[in-house]
Amino acid sequence: MTAEPDQGKPAIELRGVVKRFGEITAVDGLDLDVPEGTCLGLLGPNGAGKSTTMRLLTGQAIADSGELRALGYELPREAKTARGEMGVVPQLDNLDVDVSVEDNLKVFARLYRVADVEEAVDRALATARLEGRRGDAVDELSGGMRRRLLLARGLLHRPRLLLLDEPTVGLDPQIRTELWTLIDGLRSEGTTILMSTHYIEEAERLADEVALMTAGKVIARGRPAELIAAHAGRETAEVYAPPARLAEVRAAAVAEGLAVRPAGPAIAIVGAEKAANGVVPPEAIRRAASLEDVFVLLTGEEAE
Amino acid sequence: MSQTRMRRLEPAAIGGVMSRELANFRSFWKATTFSSVLEPIVYLLAFGLGLGATVVNQVEGLDYVEFVGTGMVATAVIFSSAFPAMFGTFVKHRFQRTYDAILAAPVDVEELVTAEMLWIGIRAGVYGSFPLVVTFFFGLDPTPGMLLVPLFCFVTALAFAAFGIAIAATVAKIDQFNYVTTLVITPLFLVAGTFFPIQGLPEGVQAAAQLNPLHHLVELVRHASFGFEGLDLVRLAVLVAFAAVLWRVAVNRMTKRLID
Repeated sequence: MTAEPDQGKPAIELRGVVKRFGEITAVDGLDLDVPEGTCLGLLGPNGAGKSTTMRLLTGQAIADSGELRALGYELPREAKTARGEMGVVPQLDNLDVDVSVEDNLKVFARLYRVADVEEAVDRALATARLEGRRGDAVDELSGGMRRRLLLARGLLHRPRLLLLDEPTVGLDPQIRTELWTLIDGLRSEGTTILMSTHYIEEAERLADEVALMTAGKVIARGRPAELIAAHAGRETAEVYAPPARLAEVRAAAVAEGLAVRPAGPAIAIVGAEKAANGVVPPEAIRRAASLEDVFVLLTGEEAE
Repeated sequence: MSQTRMRRLEPAAIGGVMSRELANFRSFWKATTFSSVLEPIVYLLAFGLGLGATVVNQVEGLDYVEFVGTGMVATAVIFSSAFPAMFGTFVKHRFQRTYDAILAAPVDVEELVTAEMLWIGIRAGVYGSFPLVVTFFFGLDPTPGMLLVPLFCFVTALAFAAFGIAIAATVAKIDQFNYVTTLVITPLFLVAGTFFPIQGLPEGVQAAAQLNPLHHLVELVRHASFGFEGLDLVRLAVLVAFAAVLWRVAVNRMTKRLID
């Protein structure tokens, strides 16, 4: 398993990748590099092409054009070999619910050709903190436990690259934090991670770099702080008021050349530190600019 | 491991997928086994004793209960192969997303389909033989040739497993299995020579029955019980050919369904 690291080579290299489903172009000329040992957060609204990108990387979808490499293997030709060194944690739970925790892990240890199945299963149980539930059917586990098991299953063979597709979607905040700790631990150990998410906070907490994806392309990429500085400035002012008042404030800000975005019932004036006196009303709540500001400005869609 | 490029049809991949089926089977084998034993008993009582005692005594020189008992092997095989393949494949793909999980590991569609077929084949090889064992208690005498029956069942079940997988990979909705059951499976098992000899049917139907794998299985099982004939090798070859062709069709259909 301990292959010589491909020094200086990216773990993932995508060049001009296009994937169409009939009339829909899900991935539209995507270029993406993920350096070894880093965590890249793929951030984008639903339908941006994040899941399709993941499936292209496992060979479960075949690109119409473009070049794809994962861990040095050419895709889809060498996808099966690449999958042997890749762990995948899917967005939707696909555990065998009538089967015990242990047997779920054993089956995948075999599928991943792990030499010492018992050792791998024990290690996975420890990762998922499910040592006490070894013999229980998956059906009897809580949602958080199932999620941890799903992650541990993808780590049985100590993969060099981990694909996380919306790892915490639909989980309550406490379980989400728990999983973040687990994922952060893997990152510190040097596992390369590509994580798709539409939770801004998840990307901010876990990713070394964030790639903002919309309509099948990466439209911005960088460290979260760099992206914020480049696209949103320092300060954002949120204004909560009746619609008529919001329209006035918006018009004034736009006249000043400031970007204004919707923020649920409110509006947010981005780059408020540059505003002339009186443009940002006194009742506005000023806060540090966030990745969410960048996301909404660039994609035109509100994130969660 | 990173050094070895992976090959086609790796035993480790096929065995891994089959071990998943085995792990799942442990949670429901009792119900399956119960119905597989009880069903031939019910049929033998109803048809064998019912019809045999009141309407027909002997068919082709056999007691009717022996005729039906040996023929029912084919019924058991198709019911324990085509249906699990159709429903199982559809459910694992669409509802449980099992195949998404498996194909994210170093397993390809060909290995997945092959493993599913082998698993169903082995299961149906065992369950298909149950009616024969049940018929022992209704007066059928065991013969050495019968030891080959699980093999005949296995080969036939491979073909119907592949058929079921291919259908599941083709339909859009699970309700569409009704068409397949009514138009394909029911005629196949009725006109296999299980309950009545096909020699009594119109010539066109008799010719069509030669294309029915179940008919060949019925003949093989009867001959295993009452004496083989030379043509039986051809029958076995036909069953192997059905399985081989349908295997490729199933791999092809599943690749279309599972790989975008």
